[in-house]
Amino acid sequence: MMRLLGYRAMQALLVALLVGVLTFLMMQALPGDMAFRIAAGRYGYDMVTAGAADAVRAELGLDRPALQAFGLWFLDLLRLDLGTSVLSGAPVIDEIRHQLGASLQLAGAALILSLLMGLPIGIAAGLRAGGWLDRALLVGSTALRSVPQFLMGLILIVLVSIQLGWLPAAGHGRPEHFILPALTLALGLAAASARITRDAMAGVAASPFYAFGRWKGLSEGQMLRRHGLRNIGVALITFLGLQFAMLVEGVVVVETIFGWPGIGHALVHAIFGRDVPMVQGTALMLGLGFVALNTLIDLAAHRIDPRGARP
Amino acid sequence: MTVAATDIPLAASRGWSRTQATGLVLLLAVVAFALLTPLLVPVDPLKQSLRHTLAGPDAAAPFGYDHLGRSLMARLAAALRLSLLIAAAAVGTSALLGVGLGVLAAWRGGLADRLASLLADSVLALPGLLTVLIIMAIVPNTPLAFWIGLSLVLWVEYFRLTRATVSRMIVAPGVQATRLLGFGPFYIFRRHLWPELAPMLLTVAALGAATTIMTVAALGFVSVGMRPPTPELGLMMVELLPYYREAPMALMSPVLATFLTLLGLNLIAGGRRA
Repeated sequence: MMRLLGYRAMQALLVALLVGVLTFLMMQALPGDMAFRIAAGRYGYDMVTAGAADAVRAELGLDRPALQAFGLWFLDLLRLDLGTSVLSGAPVIDEIRHQLGASLQLAGAALILSLLMGLPIGIAAGLRAGGWLDRALLVGSTALRSVPQFLMGLILIVLVSIQLGWLPAAGHGRPEHFILPALTLALGLAAASARITRDAMAGVAASPFYAFGRWKGLSEGQMLRRHGLRNIGVALITFLGLQFAMLVEGVVVVETIFGWPGIGHALVHAIFGRDVPMVQGTALMLGLGFVALNTLIDLAAHRIDPRGARP
Repeated sequence: MTVAATDIPLAASRGWSRTQATGLVLLLAVVAFALLTPLLVPVDPLKQSLRHTLAGPDAAAPFGYDHLGRSLMARLAAALRLSLLIAAAAVGTSALLGVGLGVLAAWRGGLADRLASLLADSVLALPGLLTVLIIMAIVPNTPLAFWIGLSLVLWVEYFRLTRATVSRMIVAPGVQATRLLGFGPFYIFRRHLWPELAPMLLTVAALGAATTIMTVAALGFVSVGMRPPTPELGLMMVELLPYYREAPMALMSPVLATFLTLLGLNLIAGGRRA
């Protein structure tokens, strides 16, 4: 267990380093004078003067050599200081906290929706492997996986909000704004989680201990509750960790389409505006969030199945 | 050589399943459409003619025209060529990188193995789309940025799979016997490892190509990918979206092309596991 935690700590450090190198390269690759670009981002392209650019340069210390700048950033990072956004001037950590809430709400809603759809279908299909539901699931999930998330969002917007006029196409704040973006994310996730659940359930249902439980007279419901769910738990919970990555990618696209004021939307804007501290901060948050989540999942999997299948 | 015979994987002798064959036919049809269109109907995909705005099909443009009077068929074929080219490049590079590192890590073991695994796990922690977006900010040429960014993302899958398979195979009696007989590492790779790896790598490659095509289209759709007037699937969709009432088929053509390409790739990937 300690080895595992140590490994995760090393992973977190390497993630921070990777983010650092990538965003640092991004900063170095900016064409032209960065001070002018940032000044343009702040004051608008028509209002930039050499004086404004010099003020920006002095304020942000842009005339330092590249390596020194990288070292300083990494030191700040180790002190958990993410710096300030060069566009808004607000501390990156405040911006992220603000946006992360909106994203987490959306991601949480999508995850719950996908589990509500995916789990029952996957379990039912897995219990009768080869049956009509199983085959229908295979066809349905393959078709769903072939529809990219942005396309799913487009189809839902055109069908539900424009043609039927039932739900708003974009916006944030009221409960009905949740439905379309969350459904867009959830359909793709449900297709994947139903397949994983089905495979795990089919494996358990075909196992000798399941046949034995049935033979000794347990009802189907008892079998599922006592022997089925716990055994597919580890596979599912490990898969949830991987889904987080899918969810983040989906959030970037879906938030941009639906105008959701979350972290994905902010990230696209930050990359466009070359707001390097903001990109760094967001990338770091997402990367470390992934590591932290997978650490929790390792621990949870260990609780569910203490035999320790992982090295 | 009875020991070595146990190594021959059952999967390799079975060949392609029916699902995979369907997927392959679908994919080949898309590729044929993309490659043959400029030969059969040689029209410049960028040539505008506002007299034909959203006009129906004619001999020069069998799929009709878009909002600027450009041939939809020519644009669709060009967009598919671009996506498929980026996909092929990214899949090829990432496979080479991932399989190479995977074999190396499993074969050498020790520190090299642990470092490579740590690197792979750390890359996995960064959302792929984010890496691609950052690379696009670094590299000015968009297709090149897609290629580099997606290769950096996709190699991890190959690495994990190759490493897991090779470290299992390397201690198998067949490989041990071949080693004792004095065959070199290339022979072992070709005779023992590759036949086992190939079918699994095919699945990863098909999924990787699907990821590439989805990423290129998704970023085009949210206007962060290819720039107009380049024909690109996601870009075509977002350009034609305002005209979906007047010309629903114009919007449907890139949507259908994307769906069929991804369906073909997913069928190729999914058939093996079932």
